[in-house]
Amino acid sequence: MAEVTLVVDGTTVTMPDGSTILDACRALDNNQPTLCYLDNLTPVNVCRVCVVEVEGNRTLVPSCSRPVEEGMEVATDSDRVRHSRKMVYEFLASSVDLDLVDEETVAWMDHYGCDPDRYGPPADPAHDRDRRKAGHHQIGPGTEAETVHQPVKVDNELYVRDYSRCILCYKCVEACGEDAQNTFAIAVAGRGFDARISTEFDTGLTDSACVFCGNCIGVCPTGALMFRSEHELRLAGMWEEDDQTVTRTVCSYCGVGCNLDLHVQDNRIVKVTSPMDHSVTSGHLCIKGRFGYEYVQEVGDLAVTPIDDILRRARIDDRGRYPRPDSRA
Amino acid sequence: MFGVGGGTCSYEEIETTDVILLWGSNAREAHPIFFHHLMKGVRNGARLYAVDPRHTTSAMWADVWLGLEVGSDIALANAVAREIITAGLHHEEFIRHATVGFEAYAESVEPWTLQRGAEITGLPPEVIRRMAHDYATADQAQICWTLGITEHHNATDNVLALINLALLTGHVGRYGSGLVPIRGQNNVQGGGDMGALPNRLPGFQEIEDPVSRGKFEAVWGRPVPNQAGKHLSLMLEAMELGEITGLYVIGENPAQSEARSDHARHLLRGLEFMVVQDLFMTRTAELADVVLPAAAGWAETDGTVTSSERRVQRVRKALDPPGEARDDLHIISALAERMGRGWGYPTAEEVWDELRSLSPNHAGMSYRRLAEAGGLQWPCPGEDHPGTLFLHGDLWDDPLPRDPAPFFPTPWAPPVDELSEEYPIRLTTGRRLDSYNTGVQSGGYSSPLRTAVAIEVAPADRAALGVAEGDLVRVVSRRGSVEAPVLVDRSLRPGLAFMAVHDPDVVDVNLLTIDAWDPKSGTAEFKATAVRIEPLADGAERRSGVRSVADYPV
Repeated sequence: MAEVTLVVDGTTVTMPDGSTILDACRALDNNQPTLCYLDNLTPVNVCRVCVVEVEGNRTLVPSCSRPVEEGMEVATDSDRVRHSRKMVYEFLASSVDLDLVDEETVAWMDHYGCDPDRYGPPADPAHDRDRRKAGHHQIGPGTEAETVHQPVKVDNELYVRDYSRCILCYKCVEACGEDAQNTFAIAVAGRGFDARISTEFDTGLTDSACVFCGNCIGVCPTGALMFRSEHELRLAGMWEEDDQTVTRTVCSYCGVGCNLDLHVQDNRIVKVTSPMDHSVTSGHLCIKGRFGYEYVQEVGDLAVTPIDDILRRARIDDRGRYPRPDSRA
Repeated sequence: MFGVGGGTCSYEEIETTDVILLWGSNAREAHPIFFHHLMKGVRNGARLYAVDPRHTTSAMWADVWLGLEVGSDIALANAVAREIITAGLHHEEFIRHATVGFEAYAESVEPWTLQRGAEITGLPPEVIRRMAHDYATADQAQICWTLGITEHHNATDNVLALINLALLTGHVGRYGSGLVPIRGQNNVQGGGDMGALPNRLPGFQEIEDPVSRGKFEAVWGRPVPNQAGKHLSLMLEAMELGEITGLYVIGENPAQSEARSDHARHLLRGLEFMVVQDLFMTRTAELADVVLPAAAGWAETDGTVTSSERRVQRVRKALDPPGEARDDLHIISALAERMGRGWGYPTAEEVWDELRSLSPNHAGMSYRRLAEAGGLQWPCPGEDHPGTLFLHGDLWDDPLPRDPAPFFPTPWAPPVDELSEEYPIRLTTGRRLDSYNTGVQSGGYSSPLRTAVAIEVAPADRAALGVAEGDLVRVVSRRGSVEAPVLVDRSLRPGLAFMAVHDPDVVDVNLLTIDAWDPKSGTAEFKATAVRIEPLADGAERRSGVRSVADYPV
C-alpha cells in the first residue's frame, strides 16, 4: 500500500494512504478531542471539536475525516485551533446538558479554559422544539443562553430520549442507518438552532420505524439516549456506576454469538452494551440481545431488591402483549 | 458437511463477497447482527438473492426475491444446477480435482429443465436462470440458510442440494465463498461439537469409531456405548412403543416446541419418570416428577458457547442465581455422586481442559487465549494456532490431501402434508424479531414490537374469508385446530399463511404442525402444514386489537 509522509506539530510521520489526520495523530500518541467520531461509524464531521490547522488551507479541517496528503503540515495546538475548539465546547455546554459526557471531554473543556456561563443564565426549557419550522426561529433577548432543554421523551419501557442532552453528533442516525442497523427510524429535522433528531413526523417511538435495537444508545456520547432502567434509577438517585460490575458474556438467543457486556448493580442487570472492537458485533446488538435479559431476573417474590421496586413501578401497564411466562422460583 | 459439522465461512467474508443466496432465512429478524454483516456486503455491491416463500423484511433488501412454493427448494436447486451445467458454467477443474460423483449427479438433475423447475417452484424460468448464472459466474459467492431449509421432512436432502451447488461451481474453501448455515440458538453449534448428538462424542468424533471411543474410555475409565443413540424424534417414537419410559430433559420445552404438540404431551405424560432441569416452570416441567432449578448458562455460570462461524467464546457469571438454582455442571456432578460414580465437582475450565485434551479441533483454545482473542474459531489444534477463518481450503490443494467431496443426487419430494380441497392453505411457521421459540425467555421483557400470535394471510385471502383484521377464526389442520385472530400481511401470496410460534399458551401453533420428520436429521416439518381457515360465528365479537403486520417495522 502506498504511504504518505506528513508533519504533525513538527513531528514527521508516515501513514498508509487513505489514513486520516486523526489516525496520524493517534500514531504519534498525539491525543485529539472528538465527539461525533467513533471507530465503528462513518465520520460525519459535524461536531468540529477535532478541527486542526493545515498549512495552506483557508479553513480549519476536521481531523477525523480529512485524509492525509504527502507533505501536509498540520498544527493541532495553534491559537486558532484552541480558540475554535474552546468556542465549540462553550456553545455546546451553554445550550446542552453535558452532565453525563465522558471524563475525557470534561478534561478537554478544562484544557481549553471553557466558560459556558459567560453567555448568561440558561433559558427555560421549551415544549415546542419538535414543531418549529425552518426560518421561524425567534431570536432571544440576548440576556440568557439559548438552550435545547425540553422534557424527557418516555414512550416505551426500553429506552428514553432526553434531547436536552443532545449535541446533534449524528451518531445515532448513523447507527440506525447505513452503518449498522439499516432501519432509518431517525434523522435530523429542522434547521439551525432548531435542528433536532426526530422520528418520522415526530411520532412516538412505538409508532415509528424503530426496532428497539438500542444501537443509538450504544453510540450516544452524552446520555441523551438511555436505557429506561438507567433513567429510572438515576431519577430515584440509585444509579451507582462505581458499584457496578461489567461482565463480558455471550447472548442467550440466536446462534450469531454476539458479545454482551452486562452492567450489574446489586445482582441486577441494569444495562447491556457490546464491545465496539469485537468482530461479531462492532458494538451493535438487536432488541433481544440488548433488552431481552429480563427473564433471568424474573424471580417472583423470591428476592425483591430495591432496584426491582423502582423498575416495576416504572413499568407501563401494557407490558407487551404476551402473557407473562411463569417467573422463576 | 464433508464430515465436519460447521459452516465453512466467517461473518466477515460476506462483507466482500459478490453474490449471496439467502435461502430459507429471514436473517433480518431471526439473526439481526449477521444481517448487519450481510448488509455491509450489499452496500459493497454484492447481489442478494432471497429465496423464501414470504417476501420477508430480509427479502426486501434483495436484488431478486424468489418467492417459491413452500418445500420446492430441491426443485429450485436442481434446476439451477442443470442450468449451470447446460450453460457450461460449472467449474470443471474443481469438480475433477476435488469431488466425486459428478456424472451421476449431472444425470440426476438432467430432467430439471428451467421449465420443470418453474412448474414446481412457481417461479419464472428467467429468474431461476438469472440466479444460476449469477451464482456460477461470481468470483466469490455464498449460500446462507436457516430453518427454511432444515425444518422439512427432507431436511438433509435440502442441505445436500445446496452443497451440490457449491461443489458444482467451486464456491467453497476459498475466502468469500462458502456454505453458511446460521444457527438458531446460541449454542446449537457448540452442543453438537461437544457431542450432544446421538452419534457423536465430544469434538464431533464418531461414537462408532473404536479409535475415538478408545481415547475417551482411557480418560474416563469407563466403557463408552458403541452405538449411536436416539435423536428427539426417535425418542418420541420409542416412548410411543414403550421402549423409553424415563426422560431427563435439560433446557428444552418439548411439551410446546414439538410438532403435533398434543401428541408429544400425551407421550410425556405416559412416561414412568421424567426429570426436567430448567430455569422456568415450563409446561414440560409441569409434567415432570422432579424439577431441578437451573442457573442461566450465559449470565449465572461460567463456560463456553460456539457460534455459527465456529467461534468458541466464553460466557461468564455476572449474577448469582436465584433461590436454589444451580449451575447445570453442579447438578450433573451431584447426580453422578448420588449414583455412586462421582467425579467430584470440576470447574467449567477443568471440564474444558479435559475436552481440549480429547478434541484436536479445540486443543489450542485455553481459557486465557479465548479471553484474549475474543473467541477462537475451530479447528484450532495447538496453542500457537490462530484458529480457522474458513474450512475446506484443502479442496484446492494439489495433490488433494483428503478424500474428495461427494456429490449427492437429491430427488425432490413435496411436503408430506398435502394441500387438498379440504385443506387448501399452506401454513408455514417462524420467528419474529423480538421473540424467540416458545417465548420462555423472550416473554420476560416488554417489547414494544410485540403483537399477538395470529394467522397471517394475504389481503385476498382475508377478503375471501369475509372477515375483518383482528377477527377470531379457527385454523384447522389434519391433526388439530386453534383459534387465532386474522392479520393481513402483504408479504404473503394468496394461499400462503404464516404463524409465529412464540406464544403457545394462547395459540398452540404446534397443534397444527405435522410430525413427519427427516430420517437423517430427525427434524420435523414445521414449515409446511396444510390448513383451512374457518370464520367463527362470534369471531368479530371476540376480535382483538392486534397490530397489523403491515405496520410492524424492521
